[in-house]
Amino acid sequence: MTMSKQVVLDVDGLRMRYGSVDVLHDVTFQIRHGEVLALLGPNGAGKTTTIEILEGFRTRSAGRVEVLGADPAHGDERWRARVGVVLQSWRDHGKWRVRELLAHLGTYYAAYTTPDIERPWDPDELIAAVGLTGHADKKIKTLSGGQRRRLDVAIGLVGRPELLFLDEPTASFDPQARHEFHELVRRLAGTQETTVLLTTHDLDEAEKLADRILVLNGGRIVADGTAAELARRIAGEDEVRWLRGGRRFTEKTADSTKFARDLFARYGEEVQELEVHRASLEQTYLALVHQAERTTR
Amino acid sequence: MNPVMTALRAGWSRGLIELRQSFTNGAELFSHFLWPALMVATMFFIRDMSFGSTGLLLGTLALPSILGMNAATGMISMSQQLTADREDGTLLRAKATPHGMPAYLIGKVISVSGGLLADLVIFLVPGMLIVEGLRIGPGSWPTLAWVLALGLVATLPLGAVLGSAFPSARAQGLIQLPFLGVIGISGIFYPLTALPEWLQWIAQIFPIYWMGLGMRSALLPNSAVAVEIGESWRHLETAGVLGAWAVLGLLVAPMVLRRMARGESGSTMAARRERALQRVG
Repeated sequence: MTMSKQVVLDVDGLRMRYGSVDVLHDVTFQIRHGEVLALLGPNGAGKTTTIEILEGFRTRSAGRVEVLGADPAHGDERWRARVGVVLQSWRDHGKWRVRELLAHLGTYYAAYTTPDIERPWDPDELIAAVGLTGHADKKIKTLSGGQRRRLDVAIGLVGRPELLFLDEPTASFDPQARHEFHELVRRLAGTQETTVLLTTHDLDEAEKLADRILVLNGGRIVADGTAAELARRIAGEDEVRWLRGGRRFTEKTADSTKFARDLFARYGEEVQELEVHRASLEQTYLALVHQAERTTR
Repeated sequence: MNPVMTALRAGWSRGLIELRQSFTNGAELFSHFLWPALMVATMFFIRDMSFGSTGLLLGTLALPSILGMNAATGMISMSQQLTADREDGTLLRAKATPHGMPAYLIGKVISVSGGLLADLVIFLVPGMLIVEGLRIGPGSWPTLAWVLALGLVATLPLGAVLGSAFPSARAQGLIQLPFLGVIGISGIFYPLTALPEWLQWIAQIFPIYWMGLGMRSALLPNSAVAVEIGESWRHLETAGVLGAWAVLGLLVAPMVLRRMARGESGSTMAARRERALQRVG
């Protein structure tokens, strides 16, 4: 089914050079409709540069980029209305009130209603969706960091974007705020069919939110796949441990589920204290970044 | 609704909201009253002094001049607000919104000129009670209106250019110095004819002198023209110089603004913020 879904974002051979330094080398990937893609990488990997090029805020040095069927460097207002942007740090409109700002920004999108998508999102519904109902009449500068971030997401969503860019959405969040934010993004992708591209340096976040993870390091894509695929591809094997007849066994295997099934088929109730340790994505990620650093040096 | 209407409407409502905000919070409300109050106090102290042997009172001459000067300060507000909005991401937000930039600018022009009008009234009403010898007739208001309107069109785009060209709040502080200098030589608190001729020429390059002159022509009796250069209100020249600044501003501002907007992105904003924090810390 995924194959039949439309390509929303298409990047081919993207390069970015500042002066004599290349910060992006031949970056190529696609995102399909409804997909949540995480651009994962350590600080300085080129994530923000990539997302800014895709948002139309930065001019690339070379390569082909198509976002919602247009080159973002020349995206018109209609194109702009279909894209939502949430940057790393906003402090704007501090004197405005939450509902006031969302209602105001919504009016910019009204002209871009289509038979399929009614624009803008009703401000009160939107406020409820991001969990700010109790704060609708507060001045924006009085919001806490987590509340402000949710407002930023609400602003990014007010035009009911078909594609949402989230740049480091939960940096500086406490665990509770992070958890709530993840729920919000999952809800969006699930019920609104919004395609999401997010950047993060937090592996755990990428694993929780994304359908697919793209690891960017030193301006190159070093891996592309689901969390499970990445774990299998690089770290390779899961570890299965069990106890039988008073003896401990440890075995490495690529398919731990099948291995366990076979184990039970063979020994039945003799197998005790079964433990399956999936290849940890964290180790995978660190290994990847490490590997990439070694090869580029 | 077509795109132009969307931008116009959004800009209009944006301007009104910002205007309302600037009159509903303590700090800004204070600044709306501070400057006019200082000027009223100045006039109070000079109200009985006369200028040379002409028998004209300094306070009477100063009231319309200050009105003209205050109108020109819209340029500084425009420039400062643009810089502040660039630093906190308001401009980038506008860039991320369809028709955001034109709506932002329309809104800014409305809120700055609206705030300015209110400030002028706050100054003018007590000023008129203190000062004697004004001549306010049916011809006064149309003259005041066109000088004010043309003066704003001449100065606000310049303010936008300065705001785009000097990105940091610190540079904005530096802009105020030459502005104060120009005020000093523009015949606001003392007639220009009392200054050396070369200074008079310099003052006449800038809009502030002409806005003051235009206001004096609207509110002073005809006999007061005796202290002006060439003993004339020089309406044609006023319209000419202000008009020239207006054309220049309206030609340059869109180019500079577009260039500035193109350079705005999350990382440039973050970098600026970083620098600002380093200065503080």
